[in-house]
Amino acid sequence: MYETCVVLFLFRSVEHTDGQSVLTDSLWRRYSEFELLRSYLLVYYPHIVVPPLPEKRAEFVWHKLSADNMDPDFVERRRIGLENFLLRIASHPILCRDKIFYLFLTQVFFFYLADSRLKALNATFRVKNPDKRFTDLKHYSDELQSVISHLLRVRARVADRLYGVYKVHGNYGRVFSEWSAIEKEMGDGLQSAGHHMDVYASSIDDILEDEEHYADQLKEYLFYAEALRAVCRKHELMQYDLEMAAQDLASKKQQCEELVTGTVRTFSLKGMTTKLFGQETPEQREARIKVLEEQINEGEQQLKSKNLEGREFVKNAWADIERFKEQKNRDLKEALISYAVMQISMCKKGIQVWTNAKECFSKM
Amino acid sequence: MGTLGGAGLAAAVAAGRARTLGMEGERRASQAPSSGLPAGGADGESPGGGAPFPGSSGSSAVLQAEVLDLDEDEDDLEVFSKDASLMDMNSFSPMMPTSPLSMINQIKFEDESDLKDLFITVDEPESHVTTIETFITYRIITKTSRGEFDSSEFEVRRRYQDFLWLKGKLEEAHPTLIIPPLPEKFIVKGMVERFNDDFIETRRKALHKFLNRIADHPTLTFNEDFKIFLTAQAWELSSHKKQGPGLLSRMGQTVRAVASSMRGVKNRPEEFMEMNNFIELFSQKINLIDKISQRIYKEEREYFDEMKEYGPIHILWSASEEDLVDTLKDVASCIDRCCKATEKRMSGLSEALLPVVHEYVLYSEMLMGVMKRRDQIQAELDSKVEALTYKKADTDLLPEEIGKLEDKVECANNALKADWERWKQNMQNDIKLAFTDMAEENIHYYEQCLATWESFLTSQTNLHLEEASEDKP
Repeated sequence: MYETCVVLFLFRSVEHTDGQSVLTDSLWRRYSEFELLRSYLLVYYPHIVVPPLPEKRAEFVWHKLSADNMDPDFVERRRIGLENFLLRIASHPILCRDKIFYLFLTQVFFFYLADSRLKALNATFRVKNPDKRFTDLKHYSDELQSVISHLLRVRARVADRLYGVYKVHGNYGRVFSEWSAIEKEMGDGLQSAGHHMDVYASSIDDILEDEEHYADQLKEYLFYAEALRAVCRKHELMQYDLEMAAQDLASKKQQCEELVTGTVRTFSLKGMTTKLFGQETPEQREARIKVLEEQINEGEQQLKSKNLEGREFVKNAWADIERFKEQKNRDLKEALISYAVMQISMCKKGIQVWTNAKECFSKM
Repeated sequence: MGTLGGAGLAAAVAAGRARTLGMEGERRASQAPSSGLPAGGADGESPGGGAPFPGSSGSSAVLQAEVLDLDEDEDDLEVFSKDASLMDMNSFSPMMPTSPLSMINQIKFEDESDLKDLFITVDEPESHVTTIETFITYRIITKTSRGEFDSSEFEVRRRYQDFLWLKGKLEEAHPTLIIPPLPEKFIVKGMVERFNDDFIETRRKALHKFLNRIADHPTLTFNEDFKIFLTAQAWELSSHKKQGPGLLSRMGQTVRAVASSMRGVKNRPEEFMEMNNFIELFSQKINLIDKISQRIYKEEREYFDEMKEYGPIHILWSASEEDLVDTLKDVASCIDRCCKATEKRMSGLSEALLPVVHEYVLYSEMLMGVMKRRDQIQAELDSKVEALTYKKADTDLLPEEIGKLEDKVECANNALKADWERWKQNMQNDIKLAFTDMAEENIHYYEQCLATWESFLTSQTNLHLEEASEDKP
């Protein structure tokens, strides 16, 4: 299937040390290239809440017309969403410095990144001592996703019904006009009232078009919930890794201790075979202890670095999450206010049309 | 236009009536001797509301002039008898003063509608269960200052069948007057059971309208069956119903009517052709408007149902957002208030617009019936004329019969013409009012919603300013 390409005109100014700005040429990118960029960012900045892409397919559709991905309205809204995506990255204190992002904006051929760690993010595993903050964050992201999807679904249904109410009034226009032909006194009033009914009926198209932008703002945060979850998972992955390493180290230490003291408390295959096939020689035992001691040293160092890594990750992640929270509160509040503004505009239009219609009716 | 005015006119005419009663023998004989009124004699005067020329003072003046110029001239009285035949055969006589001066005074009041003297309400539907059937009766309270009523207040119970009977009697007595329509027997679409509350309430309102429209009609208001309907006790009404032209004679009438209408209307006068065209087109349009209006109601209802769910989601959301709690809760309450406003708009539509439009749908059916009956009366005449022309039957009696039929046709036509003007005027007023109300409801709805969202916006910007000033050191 042929996919429409999205044209980007990017005017990006790069501040060189001497204060010069550079204007880049425009280039073409398709949706799947944006997906690649995002996947890369997810992997390389696991502690960052990476901005989401606009939906791949039209969902939460209020009217069957806009279910088509080729629909010009959908394409336009997708364009806005993609632009928004890039702007968010560009305004992010850390992400904007990324080289790959720069290349995305400037290079025609964007190299493909395949990373197995991407797959690892999807693996399921259990963590023994989860960080409460991250657990809470995961719950929050689940709630956010659930409530926004519900809201979008109901909004779509409400929009559908509203469309129905407005459009049926258009029928009055037609019938009034036909009726006015047989009426002497009432004719003019009917005819002009009918015209206002037509105006009323057609006003809904713009109103709902505007509302789609509001819906898109909410959708962005619906997808952000996914991004939040990705950060949580990364943390879980690290935590799991850490716990496994610690566990491994502890068992090696115990093994070593047993070999040194001669007591057998833990089960090992070597111990088993020794029992069955006879004791090992002191030299063999020494060798083994040495190996274990080396491994233990290694393990301790690894654990240290992993712990450090973990703490770094948590620090950075929380910094970005705080940033994200601020952004989310601002954006959602703005969205809700813009919704109110839309409603006000709709009401004002309604008052005007019906006042005009009333005048016509009273002149009949 | 007042019934009193009509009565005034009627009184004016009544004086001349006495001399013409003999000529009405033919018609009288077919009527039931109701309320014990003698067929002839002075107290057989029927004021009959002189309705054919309502609201046009010109014609009432003409009538008045005729009354004052009472003389023995048969021609004048012929004219009179034609007019008189328009009066209700069954009407009772009012104790109206017959002096010319008082008649002039009464005619002056013709256009003042606050001199209504008959007030009817229909309420308190009650279910009655018998072994054979279940039915609903409605309480009908009549208050009146008319002398011809035995009392000033009446309370009776009637069921739908009784209303059907009344309508039938009115149509019989006035074949070319526009009788108000009755609500339908049953509605096929969307009806779950016969006696659900909405159906009963809609019917009650329509029955109330029906009786009041009759009361406001200058001719029909004095109909004797109407009076009996309003005042008689149940047993009295049943026995009165049983009196009437026998079933066979009624059947005979119907057969003749059908036969004559089947010959088609060849000579329908121009004005009635126009009327017929109007009725056909009007009927089409009003039916469409009825459908559209019902559909709008349905869509508004479904919109309301969805909106009810929309607000609470925001409350749910506010539970997981600390910093947006107030904003989300405010949005939720705005949506709820708009929801309530929608509900009000819906009920306004169903009170003001839907019943009016629907009544005129039924009226348009009535009108077609009236046209048919007028055409039948004319067809009767035409067939006799034809018989005379081609000497089909015994031609001795024909000229006299034709004369009578010509009278009949002219009366029917005049009755219809006058009532048509009155109906059209009423229709325009009713439609205008109904749609103006609808527009008003919508304006009010949008104003309420506007106020809600504007106050939300103000509170948000105020909050923003507060926060901004807090941040400043």
